[in-house]
Amino acid sequence: MDIRSKVIEIIADQAIIETSDVSDESTLEGLGIDSLGLVESIFAIEEAFDIQVPFNANQPNESPFDLSSVATIVQGIEELIQEQS
Amino acid sequence: MKRVVITGAGTINSIGQNVSQTINSFKEGRCGISDLKFKDVERLSIKIGGQIHDFEPDKHFNRQQLSLYDRYTQLTLIAANEAIEQSGLIFNGQLAASTGVVLGTAGGGVSTWDDNYRAVYEEGKNRVHPFVVPKLMNNAAASHLSMKYNLKGPTFTVSTACASSNHAMAQAFQIVRSAQSPVMVTGGSESMLCFGGVKAWEGLRVMSKDACRPFSLNRNGMVQGEGAAIFVFEELEHAKRRGANIICEVKGFAMSSDAVDIVNPSKQGAARAISNALQDAQVNVEDVGYINAHGTGTAANDKTECSAVADVFGHHADKIMISSTKSMHGHIIGGTGAVELLACILALRDGIIAPTIGYEEQDPECALDIVPNEAREAKVELAISNAFAFGGLNAVLVLQKV
Repeated sequence: MDIRSKVIEIIADQAIIETSDVSDESTLEGLGIDSLGLVESIFAIEEAFDIQVPFNANQPNESPFDLSSVATIVQGIEELIQEQS
Repeated sequence: MKRVVITGAGTINSIGQNVSQTINSFKEGRCGISDLKFKDVERLSIKIGGQIHDFEPDKHFNRQQLSLYDRYTQLTLIAANEAIEQSGLIFNGQLAASTGVVLGTAGGGVSTWDDNYRAVYEEGKNRVHPFVVPKLMNNAAASHLSMKYNLKGPTFTVSTACASSNHAMAQAFQIVRSAQSPVMVTGGSESMLCFGGVKAWEGLRVMSKDACRPFSLNRNGMVQGEGAAIFVFEELEHAKRRGANIICEVKGFAMSSDAVDIVNPSKQGAARAISNALQDAQVNVEDVGYINAHGTGTAANDKTECSAVADVFGHHADKIMISSTKSMHGHIIGGTGAVELLACILALRDGIIAPTIGYEEQDPECALDIVPNEAREAKVELAISNAFAFGGLNAVLVLQKV
């Protein structure tokens, strides 16, 4: 499965919606994912791609990992896979 | 001081998935102790327990709830649902603001600790699920119960090993009796039937490999169980005004510490808890008809407990029925007093004494009427429930028929 489809699956699972309702522009906040859901999503991403996502819940906006949309998440994952492989 | 009654009861344990099934099992003397089923059980020397086998968590909870609810929390919420539904109470406004939750648990989310230690130590994983802490903490069940039913009053968990739920119910009783709140939700829960949970108990060398036979001369130790029981404690007039179904009255309690030994029980400590509880309830020893014993099936507990009962009750001890339902559901550790309170309810409300099953041979050091093997009909006005924990911490409750 490609990165984008897997990310959409993880996010849809968290938001309890269909994968077809998640697009590249979707934001986690917009899909109703709260702070607990956010850390659970990051955990699922780390497990799925075997990477370490730099994220501190105390400073969510200062994370070098851009969580603003599905597209930025996918891009961030691609970069981390390259860096950490 | 207010009078306190029970207006709701709920449970799930190895002999029943609700109160009526559990009561029926008590009446039939049904044993819920069986072969344990979980990962690595073959590496244990103790392979039996009062495990709930026919419980399917995903039929009760969704995926997100399951990611936050350890099994002990799941059992708590199942039991609480039954109890609160039976009480007929709906919590809003002032009632919601004052009603709280006091629960007992010894270990909290033991299988969450176990699963995640296994993941990081055995499987070498370097990452655990983000909810490990909120899932395993000892107050998780009390907090989820409070959130689910909008209970915003004093809410906390009491952890005193095998006396946890008796201490918890005593606290809830005090809160209602002293008019801090007309209603409290209370009880206890335990679920440590996993590899690490049983392995730790195995180390103490106090566990039986075949059965829990309290008071029987050939007893050879305790058997662990799992489960929860939750009750609604309500101020008598509050219950009457709304026409609630009153199950029985909680009359008094006492707590004591042996201050002697971290595991060995003391007759004096147990006796002080029993006699102080009767004094608190303002009743005479002759009025007590039934004792739900701590009755663990260990050599140390059973003879110490019988000796304490003989001391407190004198000649009347020969007329009292005393049974240990741990012979059926096993020792539910921090939840055990709560599940066993149901045997007191059965005695007071239905006039049936739950038996001590597995009884084979009389022990001269336990020469009381322990209601061997078969339930018995008897009119009981007053019952007490004993819990004597490791650490020498004792809590005894007194209940009366209504």
